[in-house]
Amino acid sequence: MGAIGLSGFRPEQADDLSRYLKDAGRGEERFDVMVKGARCAGCIAKIERGVKAVPGVRDGRLNLSTGKLVVTGRSLKPETILRYVRDLGYDAQPFDAGEILDAGDWEGRFLLRCMAVAGFATVFTMGLTDAIWYGGGDLGTEARRNFFWLAGAISIPATLYSAQPFFQAAWRSIRSARAGMDVPISLALLLSLGMSIYQTATDGAHTYFDASVMLTFLLLIGRYLDHRLRDRARGAARHLLAMQTLLVRRQGPDGTIQTVPARELMPGDMVMLASGDRAPVNGMLADRGTELDLSLVTGEVLPQAVAQGALVQAGSVVTGLPVLLQATARVEDSLIADLARLLEAGQQVRNRYVRLADRAARAYVPGVFALSVLVMAGWLIAGAPLASAVTSAITILIITCPCALGLAVPAVQVVATERLFRKGVFVKSGDALERLAQIEKVVFDKTGTLTVGNPVLCDRERIAPEILDRAAKLARASRHPLATALADAAGPGEAASDVREVAGSGLERGSGADLERLGSATWCGAENPGAVQLWYRRGAEAPVGFRFEDRIRPDAKALVRELEAKGLSVEMLTGDVPLIAARIAGEVGITDWQAAVRPEQKAHHLEALAKANIRTLMVGDGLNDAAALAMAHVSIAPGTAADISQKAADMVLRGGDLMPIAEAIAVARKARRLVLENFALALAYNLTAIPLAALGMVTPLIAAATMAGSSLLVTLNALRLMGGGKS
Amino acid sequence: MTGIALLIASALLVGLGALGCLLWALSSGQYEDLEGDAQRILIDRPEDQ
Repeated sequence: MGAIGLSGFRPEQADDLSRYLKDAGRGEERFDVMVKGARCAGCIAKIERGVKAVPGVRDGRLNLSTGKLVVTGRSLKPETILRYVRDLGYDAQPFDAGEILDAGDWEGRFLLRCMAVAGFATVFTMGLTDAIWYGGGDLGTEARRNFFWLAGAISIPATLYSAQPFFQAAWRSIRSARAGMDVPISLALLLSLGMSIYQTATDGAHTYFDASVMLTFLLLIGRYLDHRLRDRARGAARHLLAMQTLLVRRQGPDGTIQTVPARELMPGDMVMLASGDRAPVNGMLADRGTELDLSLVTGEVLPQAVAQGALVQAGSVVTGLPVLLQATARVEDSLIADLARLLEAGQQVRNRYVRLADRAARAYVPGVFALSVLVMAGWLIAGAPLASAVTSAITILIITCPCALGLAVPAVQVVATERLFRKGVFVKSGDALERLAQIEKVVFDKTGTLTVGNPVLCDRERIAPEILDRAAKLARASRHPLATALADAAGPGEAASDVREVAGSGLERGSGADLERLGSATWCGAENPGAVQLWYRRGAEAPVGFRFEDRIRPDAKALVRELEAKGLSVEMLTGDVPLIAARIAGEVGITDWQAAVRPEQKAHHLEALAKANIRTLMVGDGLNDAAALAMAHVSIAPGTAADISQKAADMVLRGGDLMPIAEAIAVARKARRLVLENFALALAYNLTAIPLAALGMVTPLIAAATMAGSSLLVTLNALRLMGGGKS
Repeated sequence: MTGIALLIASALLVGLGALGCLLWALSSGQYEDLEGDAQRILIDRPEDQ
């Protein structure tokens, strides 16, 4: 089920997608495709080679980070290209630049460019000025001054250019009257440049040209790492938008069929939905009844029969006969858009979380300013001239510049993220790790999370092999989950070709005494259905029932025990009936559970927990969990989860195992400890330098050494998280 | 003194050259898909197979 994305559109030859072709110059055309599911080198090779085999295509290149495949060539046929990619086993949609931000990672590139400039200037300026501090005694004052002016000529423009990210952030935080690390950083940079110019002009020796560029360079490394972690979270939001760009087939009043983007649908339009298609908007079944998978709306896995004229919510998937849907709302007013808004609300809740680095800044910044004012006052009271008192105060601001603090958090988070990635957990944002380290409670969804999510035949030994064989022949012709489960249980075999599907009832073939039926109890004439979901009957023989149950994931029980050992309380919320919920909860060892919970109740429950100040981890997979995932303090979705839930969650598991959740919590806690250690290290390093600065004994060499040294120490400490994978 | 001036000037030129190369690589999109580029080295060229 999870494999079906929100974009259920499967292109056919008849669809006209030429509106997505762009002019690529030199008589060539370009077609951008959004590919989902590509993960490795094998995927790249397969897709690019596959696309190049399409007539007219000259080149195809897939960007693995964004999932965008750019196809160029002459007289391209978009629908053929999409079909080729789909035949290779990947979901493909036209890439709609109008909806998806095509700008790419502008900020990341800007940070890299700043880093390049700062790195170059650092090396060059250090070559000029550090030489003076080692052998400067031999140089005449005039030669030294020339060296300093040259260093300034490089480092002043370089700092002003490459420290723009800090200046901008500092300006923002000043305007909103919040203390951030960027204010002391910007101040230290500007003051060190200003003081260096003053020192050079007055033939002084204490210039900080090299310190200003080095500081910028080191801080930019931290900023870039942080940006890359955050960019993943933004990427998730972009994909959510992309899912709304799906295409639909609209039937005009004259019966002609047009392929249009779903957002162009107006109330009253007729949309053709084939089996497997997802309703793009709220609407009404216009021509007949069918079966719908309502898992988005209710969380119920089994399809339900819906009659003609019934109202259908966007996101429902047609599993029965193809139907015509008359739209009653536009895409923006339909359910998926509601969900997207809910997710957005959840994101805002999370934005209120104050990151560790910002909390450190709130304590650090006023302290440092107070200190430098005190030092200046002290010198003035002691009778020192104003110039040297100001110099000491400025030196304190420069030397306490939170260089290592800027690296302390991102360095740890990058290492932790990489380690978890190897363990099968994809972490989408750095502060998700911080939030995960704080949790006190874990809430699980049942179906698809604690359980595998697919029904499995559970009373196989009771059923005669011959009957199972015959029933499976019928079942193989259907995509209904129970039919699929029955076919799985019977193993591979042939499918009957003359099967008729009766919406809301089941499958049948043959007639008279040979009439075979597979479906609901009433349709097969069975009495006392009880917990039996599927029946088979041949002619006048007695009907045979098949019972299905969801299987528990093998490591669910061990995980629950592990979480409780970590001191966390565990709860289960499910939309399923109490009977089954009680059984599953008992088997995995959860005592605290609620059944028959609707999706919005799940979200409310998580909200209530947040209000009660209980920090909660939500683990869920279904579309109906998406809102709850977004509301939780932090959330994890299994890799089999629905697209929208994967987008809503902070972390996604790669395989079918649940145990990595415990690993993620352990790593998050360890990362938090390392971050705090890093703060302490950086602070200790600065504290040794402050007395020297207060006494006016700091030389630029000491300043450079403390900055580089503390950054190195903090980074090395972060790398400690890499090992210990064995435990 | 002319020696030093020449050395500094040439060091500056080399450094700026390297910086220029990096900025060009950035603007020509070579840093757009780091993940994909890391994977691409694993792809065999068709003629090698």
